[in-house]
Amino acid sequence: MEAWLLVAQLATLAIILAVIYRPLGDFIAWTFTSTKDLKVERGLYRVVGVDPAREQSWRAYLSSVLAFSLLGVLFVYAIQRLQAVLPYSLGLPAVPEGLSFNTAAAFVTNTNWQSYSPEVTMGYTVQIAGLAVQNFVSAGVGLAVAIALIRGFSRRSTGTLGNFWVDLTRATFRILLPLAVISSIVLIAGGVIQNFNGFTDVTTLTGGTATIPGGPVASQEAIKMVGNNGGGFFNTNSAHPFENPTPWTNLFEIVLMLAIPFSLPRAFGKMVGDNRQGYAILAAMGTLFLVSVAALTTFEIIGSGTGPQLAGGAMEGKEQRFGIAASTLFATTSTITSTGAVNSMHDSFTSLGGMMTLFNMMLGEIAPGGIGAGMYGILIIAIITVFIAGLLVGRTPEYLGKKLGPREIKLASLYILATPTLVLVGTALSFAIPAIRDDVTTTSIWNPGLHGFTEVLYAFTSAANNNGSAFAGLTANTPWFNTALGVVMLLGRFVPIVFVLALAGSLASQGRVPVTAGTLPTHRPQFVGLLLGVILIVVALTYFPVLALGPLAEGLV
Amino acid sequence: MATNRGFARPYWVALRYMVVATVVLGIAYPVAILGVGQLALPAQANGSVVTVDGAPVGSSLIGQSFTDADGNALPQWFQSRPSAAGYDGGASVGSNYGPENEDFIAAIEARKAAIAESDGVSEADIPVDALTTSGSGLDPHISPAYADEQVARIAQARGLDQAAVQGLVDRFVQGRDLGYLGEPTVNVLQLNVALSQLGR
Repeated sequence: MEAWLLVAQLATLAIILAVIYRPLGDFIAWTFTSTKDLKVERGLYRVVGVDPAREQSWRAYLSSVLAFSLLGVLFVYAIQRLQAVLPYSLGLPAVPEGLSFNTAAAFVTNTNWQSYSPEVTMGYTVQIAGLAVQNFVSAGVGLAVAIALIRGFSRRSTGTLGNFWVDLTRATFRILLPLAVISSIVLIAGGVIQNFNGFTDVTTLTGGTATIPGGPVASQEAIKMVGNNGGGFFNTNSAHPFENPTPWTNLFEIVLMLAIPFSLPRAFGKMVGDNRQGYAILAAMGTLFLVSVAALTTFEIIGSGTGPQLAGGAMEGKEQRFGIAASTLFATTSTITSTGAVNSMHDSFTSLGGMMTLFNMMLGEIAPGGIGAGMYGILIIAIITVFIAGLLVGRTPEYLGKKLGPREIKLASLYILATPTLVLVGTALSFAIPAIRDDVTTTSIWNPGLHGFTEVLYAFTSAANNNGSAFAGLTANTPWFNTALGVVMLLGRFVPIVFVLALAGSLASQGRVPVTAGTLPTHRPQFVGLLLGVILIVVALTYFPVLALGPLAEGLV
Repeated sequence: MATNRGFARPYWVALRYMVVATVVLGIAYPVAILGVGQLALPAQANGSVVTVDGAPVGSSLIGQSFTDADGNALPQWFQSRPSAAGYDGGASVGSNYGPENEDFIAAIEARKAAIAESDGVSEADIPVDALTTSGSGLDPHISPAYADEQVARIAQARGLDQAAVQGLVDRFVQGRDLGYLGEPTVNVLQLNVALSQLGR
């Protein structure tokens, strides 16, 4: 029964995404290739002091990304520290230093890791004027960087990649904001709240008291999904009925998470002048997505493990209105993009089911991945794939008319190494340093044994890949996790961006290599197969040992 | 005209950009959506409040417990799913129990025994949603199977005809959205409101 429900849901999802693929992808491509600025945009550029016609080198582009993100961290930090004097704070005090740092890093990096419980920590002003602003602009930054990389392929013999401020503005105000406005209203129609009511107590039928929470939720929920952010207005995120009230809002939120990431291959194909290149990338993304969601759903339907067997199914941590199939589709979407929202508790999934959500993040979030981040992630793997194929046949590798020399391959390799290093070092340090290990095992870990190890591994995987979901039993509001995860989120976001922009600069400076009989075609099923092979080999070699220590051991023994 | 090459230049632009973004995205956007919600869809925007004789008794989307002051289930009301949050709308939380957690297993055993005794059913016949906590801790729904399972107890506790209570449950069963999204549900608060009016 659940299998049929999944197939029907997937079919609906596929039709919707197929219908929007071309128009949204073309719109994105047009947005970033148009030379016209809107009147209101010209006003914005005057206010902030940017000349929109001035193109930037990759270094200048990077400086702007980093400056903007640093200012973002300072803004979000400051607004949390000032909470006590801000309006609509529900009487909540200033957020402590360590937590403020962690949260600022989380929202600026598009991760939205939440070490805190929002209902008792964040007032409305911090949520809307601090956190939700980053929901927009952090997604805008990701999209801008992806576009810069695509321009590296599409441009010839130039020293510039575009203007970051223009790209950020167009991503935010032409793409994300309109989608968020429409989606907010649809979500309100479905039951998501939008008010400033605070907490209201009512007397129940039994004479007891029930608390109805309030808040400007719909406006935040919409951009949380569209921007692949994932930070919940409430502690239980999209499992909370005021964030995700019905099965149809659940599917709607899934569509919002996937709309831009799955349309970006179209924008990519359009911008490099060959739509077939976009379809090849789309095929690889779609295949991984389908296999992953099928695996997770299967594990949850089987429902192995002592607890699920005893209860008669894997429903712990799942909402009745969603059941299994709507929970697993949401969980897959959320972890295989960079969203990290949850409509069910991943910590309570079966061992192998929980492993799938972990595995999705370990793929590097490229199927389809986060806003922009998924696109530049899979293009890096495509570069590695072309390189490996070139080695096999003994030819200089080239992709989309650009030679991939030592510099390009070094940058791509560094990109591939950065995130796993953060995941594995962070997890290892949590257990290797005695004082930290004591704190981690006594204070932070909720489930004993192997599952507790997985909670820590999940936290670092989520932070390094900028996902933001959690095995939420973990108490992360401790000095170690607030600091370590905060640093890992920042490095996991900006170190890869440095490599991507350097690569983009290097590609843009090249001329175009003519296609010859010896050029590896990168739009055929053969290349899609190679690409999938490289993705799986890289991930398996990197993470298999650590998975064997946690979820594999728990699920198979 | 300042140069674009200075080291401090991007920080100065970024600062001004953050101010503009905060005003437009952080204030104007949510307030505009607030206006639309309050004017066009006030019932949903304010939390889908359920009223009895004009007085609010809860939200149809936020689950409640139907217990006495000590937390003991009241047999005359349909019971919600177990909740890690104790149905505190101010602090949503899931149990986050892993599948092999001993406390989780003990909790299931205890719920089985308690429901089997209170409802007079065999442990094997208790639906899974009655034995597990939801993700939010505020799940407003139970499965139709769990509602059916409680009918006999409620009819007895209220001195009502069992068929009348069953008829009520059947009226409140909500199918899947579009026939295939999610699972069939029964909204516990709405069902209990109707139940309280059944004898009138």
